[in-house]
Amino acid sequence: MAYVAVKGGEKAIANAHKWLAEERRGDPAVAELEVAQVREQLSLAVDRVMGEGSCYDRDLAALAVKQARGDVPEAVFLIRAYRTTLPRFGASAPLDTVGMAVRRRVSAAFKDIPGGQVLGPTFDYTHRLLDFALAADGVAPPPEAAVAEEPQAYPMPTIDSVFAHEGLLETDEPSADAPEPFDLTREPMSFPAGRDQRLQALARGDEGFLLSLAYSSQRGWGNTHPLCGEIRMGEVAVEFVPEELGFPIEIGEITVTECQMLGGSRASGDKPPQYMRGYGLVFGHSERKAMSMAIVDRALRDNAAASGQVAPVQDEEFVLYHSDNVEASGFVQHLKLPHYVDFQADLQTIRRLRREYFERQALKEAAE
Amino acid sequence: MSVQTGSNNAPESALGRYYNYAYLDEQTKRMIRRAILKALAIPGYQVPFGSREMPVPYGWGTGGIQLTAAIIGPDDVYKCIDQGADDTTNAVSIRQFFAKVADVETTEDTGAATIIQSRHRVPEKPLKAGQVMVLQVPQPEPLRYLEPRETETRAMHAYEEYGLQYVSLYESVSRFGRIASGANHPVMVEERYLMAPSPIPKFDNPKLGYSEAIYLLGAGREKRIYAVPPYTRVRSLDFEDHPFEVQTWEESCALCGAKDAYLDEVVLDDQGAKMFVCSDSHHCAERRAAGHAGPMAGHQLDQTEKEAAQ
Repeated sequence: MAYVAVKGGEKAIANAHKWLAEERRGDPAVAELEVAQVREQLSLAVDRVMGEGSCYDRDLAALAVKQARGDVPEAVFLIRAYRTTLPRFGASAPLDTVGMAVRRRVSAAFKDIPGGQVLGPTFDYTHRLLDFALAADGVAPPPEAAVAEEPQAYPMPTIDSVFAHEGLLETDEPSADAPEPFDLTREPMSFPAGRDQRLQALARGDEGFLLSLAYSSQRGWGNTHPLCGEIRMGEVAVEFVPEELGFPIEIGEITVTECQMLGGSRASGDKPPQYMRGYGLVFGHSERKAMSMAIVDRALRDNAAASGQVAPVQDEEFVLYHSDNVEASGFVQHLKLPHYVDFQADLQTIRRLRREYFERQALKEAAE
Repeated sequence: MSVQTGSNNAPESALGRYYNYAYLDEQTKRMIRRAILKALAIPGYQVPFGSREMPVPYGWGTGGIQLTAAIIGPDDVYKCIDQGADDTTNAVSIRQFFAKVADVETTEDTGAATIIQSRHRVPEKPLKAGQVMVLQVPQPEPLRYLEPRETETRAMHAYEEYGLQYVSLYESVSRFGRIASGANHPVMVEERYLMAPSPIPKFDNPKLGYSEAIYLLGAGREKRIYAVPPYTRVRSLDFEDHPFEVQTWEESCALCGAKDAYLDEVVLDDQGAKMFVCSDSHHCAERRAAGHAGPMAGHQLDQTEKEAAQ
């Protein structure tokens, strides 16, 4: 059989694009998926794309999910390549998650906490049985969820308030003159990483990667003894201080999931022992990601890498350099690109080494 | 020779409305140009830069594309190669990208190009003043496979602490009887910075030194830019008793008969038959046009390449 040299041309690329478009569409006898349907009914995929894509826009994320044929990392990539061309106005004021309009809020640390446990829309206590009714045509509208008799606490106190009078939990003091946070989308990674840089990297990081790292720490690879102090999800206002005004204006409202993970009490020098925390915050509704992020943040706070032997989750260069799935996916898959020039160089070396090996063998045999 | 841009998935007008000239916004281009100037001022030093997400994946040449996007203008003539060839899929794709977003003339002619972007090769024809060679770099850190930590390798460069690299070469000599390298053979630039020449075969290393052209190297994923300015000393690492040497072939190019070009091995069947052809497709085509012929001139591959060139 004859081989055809692997050379691609413009025609091949154009045809590949057409074929891809056909595959994306699937069977034309089946109605085309609308972007609005993706936005409303595949909302958690949309959330993940917004989070890892670092761009809060439900419509664009839904379009990306559709265009990527449901491949979430590919959709994340589409959003990243779009957001990178947008101008940057500046940093918003820190989100006030105490002022969140909470849809879900639970704490594992106490049976009850101020503000109460709010179960909200969660998969947690569903039985994972396929609901064949959803597969049927003309599904009946879902039963209406009950409305609470009393409105929820507002503002919803955080776990901090529980510990406040005892000083058991470290407190984050916001400083008015803090510099603008590190922006990974404008600056390359640098080490040692500040917490702002780390949290941004984790917020953009791949959910699967962070989940496995967090899991590894629970199994003893850099144990952080995490305890879920609080997880909350809901809507928060985004405020921005335009230079010309000098006071904050509300520019929108976003859905976020926030996690406060308590872990590893530590006495350091002149301070009394208290709990340290790990922090997770992601766009949309993703508790798996927010909790993983908080555990990894806590693990990295020990700065254990400097002291030698560490687990992967405690090593900030390992974690931060490998958490971005757009970078990882690109570099792993670039191995599909032709490498025949370097392979030829390698072949030359190995053939020469083989020739020398056989020459040595021949000499040895002749000598025997 | 100008290449027509093929059909694109977005119409020209729509693209123009949503994206800036050459894709990147002007602030980003300025940031990259500052990094380029710094890189030229400190030859071989890796300048960290705020690499942007590009519409092609990391590993496909995002560093090279950002360099090109930062320096290209409508008067440029752009050539893009991969593995030395103009017609490899990724080269075609990137060339189309700049034809689309930068409205620039493209060429396969090495001599006619003002910007040559490449992955894994430097053209055979000597570059001249006024040309910029843009190399796509997967891993800018020559010491990375010896030391995985960036904090360590940056310190090693700062202290010019390259003993580890020499030990690695010595280990190669002691195991294989020679420096058994193929591509990405490390170089010293102006006797100061150890530099990864990107995975060009060591055959191309000598082209980097004392060149008339500017070499810019860009690593998008690793967010580093570095450069070799014209007429700069570039020394491939070696030992006195194991001097640096480049690849040679017993064969000559089957199509154009070249004896001194980098050759690709093309497998012809599953019985072990093969032919060697120039990796630099334009170099080969030019030689054939000038009447040079190799032992397999007129082979199917010869025809295919002629069609592609037309």
